[in-house]
Amino acid sequence: MRKGEDTMAEAKRIQTPLTKEKVAGLTAGDRVLISGTIYTGRDAAHKRLVALLEEGKELPLDLRDQIIYYVGPAPAPPGKAIGSAGPTSSYRMDRYAPLLIEKGLTGMIGKGLRGPAVIEAMKAHQAVYFAATGGAAVVIAQSIISQEIIAYEDLGTEAIHRLEVKDFPVIVAIDSHGNNLYETGRKEYQNKK
Amino acid sequence: MREIKAALITEKVKQLFLKISYEIGDDVLCGLRAGKDKEISPIGKAILEEIIANDTLAAKEGMAVCQDTGMAVVFAEVGQEVHITEGDFQQAINQGVREAYAEGYLRKSVVSDPLFDRKNTQDNTPAVIYTDIVPGDSVKLAVTAKGFGSENMSRLKMLTPADGQQGVLDFIVETVSLAGPNPCPPVVVGVCVGGTMDKAAQLAKKATMRRLGSLNPDARYQALEEKALEQINASGIGPGGLGGLTTALAVHIDWYPTHIAGLPVAVNICCHAVRHGTVEI
Repeated sequence: MRKGEDTMAEAKRIQTPLTKEKVAGLTAGDRVLISGTIYTGRDAAHKRLVALLEEGKELPLDLRDQIIYYVGPAPAPPGKAIGSAGPTSSYRMDRYAPLLIEKGLTGMIGKGLRGPAVIEAMKAHQAVYFAATGGAAVVIAQSIISQEIIAYEDLGTEAIHRLEVKDFPVIVAIDSHGNNLYETGRKEYQNKK
Repeated sequence: MREIKAALITEKVKQLFLKISYEIGDDVLCGLRAGKDKEISPIGKAILEEIIANDTLAAKEGMAVCQDTGMAVVFAEVGQEVHITEGDFQQAINQGVREAYAEGYLRKSVVSDPLFDRKNTQDNTPAVIYTDIVPGDSVKLAVTAKGFGSENMSRLKMLTPADGQQGVLDFIVETVSLAGPNPCPPVVVGVCVGGTMDKAAQLAKKATMRRLGSLNPDARYQALEEKALEQINASGIGPGGLGGLTTALAVHIDWYPTHIAGLPVAVNICCHAVRHGTVEI
C-alpha cells in the first residue's frame, strides 16, 4: 500500500446460510468474502421458480436464508471446478426477485441497477444485494470450489447449480435499509477529476 | 482468380474466436492500466485491479475472459478475385464459430427463435455476418464476440439535422448515463452518425472494434470523441458503476453519408472485455 493512499476497509467474511441477523450487519460499500453454499439462477430459472410459486407448488430448493447468484457459467475446462463465472445484469431478474425475497431469499449477487420493487422487498424482509465485478469471471471462478446441478438441467448454463464457494468477492451494493452505492458512489464522483 | 477453400476460412475463424475469448488485447489492457492509475475512488481502483488481474489470469489459464462469450459478429471483406471452393462461405464462418465455442469451453449463448421458443442452438451459431465485396484477391475478417450486458444498453435515435453536433453529443452521453452500472463499465462506446437506421447500427458496432488509442482520421470527429469521453467520465458512474472517474475507456465515432432529412445516431456500448481481432487470408 502506498503511503497516503486512500485505501479500502478490510473485507468482512460471511459464512452461509445468510441469516437476517447477518444481513442486518451489512452496509452498502462493505467488501465481503462469502464462503459456503450459494445457488445460481438467471432469467429462465427465475421464470420457472416464480411460475411454481404462482401455481402454489413447491420449489426445487428451500430459499430460506439463501443467496442466489445471477450467473450463467461457461463450461468447465478439464481440471477446473467451473468455467468463467462472472455476474450477469440483475435488472432482468427484477420482475421475479420480490416474490423470492418474500419466500425467504436473503441475498442476491449480480451486477447493475435494481428496481424500486426489489429494494422495497429487501427493506421489508431484510435482504441484501451484492455486486460482483462484471467481467472478473476468471478471478471469481477461482473462489468456486465445486458445482452441482440441482434443478432444470435442460436449461444448460441457465440451470440452477449449487455452488460451494470460499471467499467469493463481492461488495454490498444495496443494503437492507435501502442504502444504494450505485447512487451514492456515482454522486460522490460526479464532476470530479 | 484465387481459390480459397472454405475449410481454411473455418480454421481461421475458429482460431480467431479462441484467441479473442482468452486474450484481451494490449490496447484494452493499456487503457485499463491508465484508468487505474488515474482513479481516485478506492473501490473503483480495486475493481480495475480485479479486472486487470482477471484478464491476465484468463490468458495464462486459457479461460474465457468473461462467462458471456458473446454472440459472434463477423465483418468480412471478400476480394472480388477470390473464389471460395469446397463449401459455402457463410457456413464456413459458422462452422468456425461452432468449433471454437465447442472446443474452447466457451458458453453457448444463442437462442433460435427469440420470442416464442428461446431454444439454445447449443453451438453459439448463427453468427451475425456482414459481407462486403471489395477489389483484390484476399479475404479479410474482423470479428468480435459481443456480450449482451452491454449490447442491451445500446441505443439508436433518428435525430433531425437541426439537432447537430450538440444533439449527437448529448445522445451519446445520455446513453452511457442511462446505462449506468449495467454494461460493466469501464466501457468502450462505438458510435455511428449518419447512414440509414440499419447502417448506423452496423457501423456503431464496427466502431467498438477500432483499436483503443487510435486517432480518428477526422480532427472534427476526434474532438467530438474527446468531448464525449470527458463528459462521460464526469458522470461519476465509475468502474463497476460503484462510483469513480473511469466510466469509459474510449469513444469511437464513425460516420456515413445520410439523407438530407436525417441525422441517425447509433450508440453501441461494449463492456471492458472488448474482444476483437482480425485476420487476412
